[in-house]
Amino acid sequence: MKEKAIKLKTPLTSEQVSKLKIGDRVLLSGVIYTSRDAAHKRIVDAMDKGEKTPMEIAGTVIYYAGPSPTRPGNPIGSVGPTTSYRMDSYAPRLIEKGLKGMIGKGSRGKEVIEAMKKHKAVYFGATGGAAALIARVVKKGQVIAYPELGPEAVNMLEVEDFPLVVINDVTGADLYEEGVKKYQK
Amino acid sequence: MREIQVKEITAKLRELFQSACYNLGEDVIEALDRARKAEESPIGVAILDEIIENAKIAREGVYPLCQDCGLAVVFIDLGQDVHLVGGSLEEAVNEGVRQAYKEGFLRKSVCDCFTRKNTGDNTPCILHVRIVPGEKIHIVCAPKGGGSENMSRVQLLPPAAGVEGVKKLVVDRVRESGSNPCPPIVVGVGIGGNLEQSAILAKRSLLRPLGNPNPSLELANLEQEILEKVNRLGIGPAGLGGRTTALAVHIEMTNCHIASLPVAININCHSHRHKEAVI
Ligand code: SF4
Repeated sequence: MKEKAIKLKTPLTSEQVSKLKIGDRVLLSGVIYTSRDAAHKRIVDAMDKGEKTPMEIAGTVIYYAGPSPTRPGNPIGSVGPTTSYRMDSYAPRLIEKGLKGMIGKGSRGKEVIEAMKKHKAVYFGATGGAAALIARVVKKGQVIAYPELGPEAVNMLEVEDFPLVVINDVTGADLYEEGVKKYQK
Repeated sequence: MREIQVKEITAKLRELFQSACYNLGEDVIEALDRARKAEESPIGVAILDEIIENAKIAREGVYPLCQDCGLAVVFIDLGQDVHLVGGSLEEAVNEGVRQAYKEGFLRKSVCDCFTRKNTGDNTPCILHVRIVPGEKIHIVCAPKGGGSENMSRVQLLPPAAGVEGVKKLVVDRVRESGSNPCPPIVVGVGIGGNLEQSAILAKRSLLRPLGNPNPSLELANLEQEILEKVNRLGIGPAGLGGRTTALAVHIEMTNCHIASLPVAININCHSHRHKEAVI
């Protein structure tokens, strides 16, 4: 683990993400998009039909999260990561289209890791349950698609120094496996 | 006999759920502080710092502890000398949940199983009622997140599996859950009864304050032994490697059928929320 966090700004390029290694701590700034199961289904359906997706996929970072309701005057509610494996069946499609980063919690399936290796993308972990802390890094928030999905709508978030850890890098390495091995007795 | 208006129960639940979602219990904060001091992994320490800071921010009352404000679980011990008036108990409880989640800007996470359409107000809640002696009502609210609930299991072991079988089952379950239930976790274990009773015991065991072992010395030792085993798995805070995988293991046990050994494992996350009140 590097002691100093790496600062990155979205959109991300293949070159930028290729430099990241598992265990790197990243402070991410710029625009990211929230999306959970239901929104992923709609995005992939739109791609299948050749329709426009709610956001540009190339270079984008998607955050697996469904925030709590926004209080008047605030940019967003509490917004921690949700468990990522539920998006595994959709993720490779988006990675093929140039998605460069995913933020969530929990391990990813083989197909997702293979897609990350092949098309150069990374998976970041945000701290599960640190939702109030993460809300503080959101400077602007706005629902941009599927408002009828309630907490599962797609939000555009402008974040500043969102604290993340690289879980899977472009070599296919996995911090959950490596980190746990170190402390197993 | 004491007459109590059901709207008093509504008002209590409205307050309790909001309090639970913003104010992490002192016992949990103390357990997190202890874990922070003992944690060897640098990244684990950094994660625990985030979690402790998160609890401080939530306490200000603007941002709930977690965006997943849970399925609303309610335990009521109803004194048998209470006469409830003014409406149905179940409706009063759901109304309390409805008001709390609306007023507290808490996320509504209840939906239809197949269409996935959200009910919009976090009802229906899960209500467990026991009739007990006396003329008071004891209410506990326990919002329960989906990430950790999804990692929970019930298993009907053969009696020959014995206590060793229980230990193995719990440790394997925590290992397989990995980072999904937002470690550090609290592991609730219900042993005995039947299918549903073991699960309810496991859930109830989560309500016991952290740091209070089971009053039976035998079970207290078992809790300690499983906790040590779990914390040797190396999963650590947020699953990134470290010593603190669980803050506690709580076991509740009762008798069971001669043919079976039911074991339920209910995993809770560090967003270990519950509040209680007496009317
Ligand atoms: S498991 Fe708990 S801490 Fe993690 S997202 Fe769900 S409710 Fe929040």
